[in-house]
Amino acid sequence: MSLLDVTDLTKHYPVRQGIVVAKQVGTVRAVDGVSFRIERGETLALVGESGCGKSTTARLVLRLIEPTSGTVRFDGQEVSGAALRTLRRRVQVVFQDPYASLNPRLRVGETIAEPMEVHGIGDATSREARVQELLRLVGLAPFHAQRYPHEFSGGQRQRIGIARALAVQPDLIVCDEPVSALDVSIQAQVVNLLKDLQRQFGLSYLFIAHDLAVVRHMADRVAVMYLGQIVETAPKADLFAAPRHPYTQALLRAIPHPDPRRRGQVTPLGGDVPSPMNPPPGCRFHTRCPFAQDVCRKEEPVLRDIAAGARVACHLAETLPPFAVDSGDGLSDIATRRLALYAAAKERRASGVG
Amino acid sequence: MTPLLEIQGLRTVFRSANGDIAAVDGVDLTVPRGRTLGIVGESGCGKSMLSLSVMRLVPPPGRVAAGRVLLEGRDLLTLSTAEMRAVRGGQVAMIFQEPMTSLNPVHPIGLQITEAMRAHDPRASAAELRDRAIAALERVRIPAPARRYDEFPHQLSGGMRQRVMIAMALACKPKLLIADEPTTALDVTVQAQILDLLRDLQQETGMSIILITHDLGVVAEMADEVAVMYAGRVAERASARDLFGSPQHPYTLGLLGSVPRLDEDRERLLAIEGAVPPPFALPQGCRFHPRCPFAIEACTKAQPPLEAIEPGHLAACIRAPVESAVELTP
Repeated sequence: MSLLDVTDLTKHYPVRQGIVVAKQVGTVRAVDGVSFRIERGETLALVGESGCGKSTTARLVLRLIEPTSGTVRFDGQEVSGAALRTLRRRVQVVFQDPYASLNPRLRVGETIAEPMEVHGIGDATSREARVQELLRLVGLAPFHAQRYPHEFSGGQRQRIGIARALAVQPDLIVCDEPVSALDVSIQAQVVNLLKDLQRQFGLSYLFIAHDLAVVRHMADRVAVMYLGQIVETAPKADLFAAPRHPYTQALLRAIPHPDPRRRGQVTPLGGDVPSPMNPPPGCRFHTRCPFAQDVCRKEEPVLRDIAAGARVACHLAETLPPFAVDSGDGLSDIATRRLALYAAAKERRASGVG
Repeated sequence: MTPLLEIQGLRTVFRSANGDIAAVDGVDLTVPRGRTLGIVGESGCGKSMLSLSVMRLVPPPGRVAAGRVLLEGRDLLTLSTAEMRAVRGGQVAMIFQEPMTSLNPVHPIGLQITEAMRAHDPRASAAELRDRAIAALERVRIPAPARRYDEFPHQLSGGMRQRVMIAMALACKPKLLIADEPTTALDVTVQAQILDLLRDLQQETGMSIILITHDLGVVAEMADEVAVMYAGRVAERASARDLFGSPQHPYTLGLLGSVPRLDEDRERLLAIEGAVPPPFALPQGCRFHPRCPFAIEACTKAQPPLEAIEPGHLAACIRAPVESAVELTP
């Protein structure tokens, strides 16, 4: 039994016009029939460009908004009524903007203790001890409990958000772009922290991101969304080595590599994402797809099994030319050697030698 | 041939109760003609303040306290306000991260483009300006430019808006384009379109570009020369090939180790310890030393000069190259 089982989830927003009598003139299909599962201890990454519905999906899973249709089952139970209370404890969230998601008037200790109070866990003394423990866990110091959010840097604030999410010992944490607002060096610290915590507590993550390199580092499985639908889902290694959907391929081709030797390999995808109010008929990607044929313009492809653990929504998946991934050489030898020295020197300092 | 732009000893400060705080502190850079200089660094490193200093647009209470900014030998810092206004949008143009906030939401985009053109060419007729604006939109590959001319910014996608910004910036054929995080707010597929466009336009016009970004991928893709900035100073300067091939400064190494890569699996990222110091609490000596695993006592005493480690490859680190530093440490 999967920890989280999402079936055919849909969220439509009516578009109304008129001042006195508002008339519905259309529907924005923000999420349009999304299904996925997350196993215990697993990280599923939901990737896609802005407006693809990945954040709406996260909010639906958290029940911050009501779905139009579809079901969310958590640990075998359909989420509604009494089960919602359980979900509120066992599923936590870390948001993108670490400042907006912290109450500026609460001390950090109060912020971290709040979820425990809400769920009636422990008493004041035990909660305080737990706050100290959580602060240490995320790499902050116990005295930080007395400080206010504005006294912290962006990376530290995100650590506070993670400590708050961990407070009630959740099974699943929904991470909505948790490192997108952070500088690269800080981003790396937070990514490392999330991975350490997962190992330590057997957490599952629903990891929402647009940065495929971060996703490659974090995820076990990846689901790619386009215009409210999942177009491809596969284990991480497969998805990056042999992406099957033309949209996934286009995403991977669009990323510039931190390697000047690979300059000029970036291939832009033409056009813009169509409006979700008026998605194209047939395959939603056909307006930008270099391989589109008649069938793509008429029939909507369903997400179907194509290999072990891999599903794709493309009529032509079997006949597409193989995706030539130039895997690159990674870092240069000199850079690799120096990075190893850096890591060793850092290790020595951390252990107090040298 | 002299370089198009030479920045010498630039120092930009902000007045505060405790004296001047330097956001840019003694920066030397050159931008060759027709080439792209990438400036990389994290927030607070002074990269945006550097570009505003070149444009003389530093917001008060900030001011340029020292240095020279030579555009074809002419020091921009000594020009009169009127002369500088002719340079802005004329010889030097700038585009920013967020195209929506840089465009006026209540005017059609065509009007906003012709406004810039009229400022630099007051005698052109309205019809002529309209034709030139439509041609400018066409050059940045906006489909149906004559129709788009009358549309408002909110009717365009983020990528289209950035194209409009580029069209406006290039309207007067600048010799230098300063692009401050031009693709940071855009999706990757749109980012790829914009980078492609900038490269094509550079080929067509021979303009130089200063590309400010935090994204090492974008730098590697676009820049000929790269300067890595940290806490208001240049930490390392080299050709893109040398910088990525043989990174010297420990901060550059830390950055490279922090970025997850698509072509390599690593269990853990090599994160840099700590955070960038704020400009009012800079450490003594090398500004990176509290975060640097190679730091020795000398690093806490004096600021290291930016010196050639290899020909054409400068680094401000007394421990570079780090392999020799490690050998010397018992």
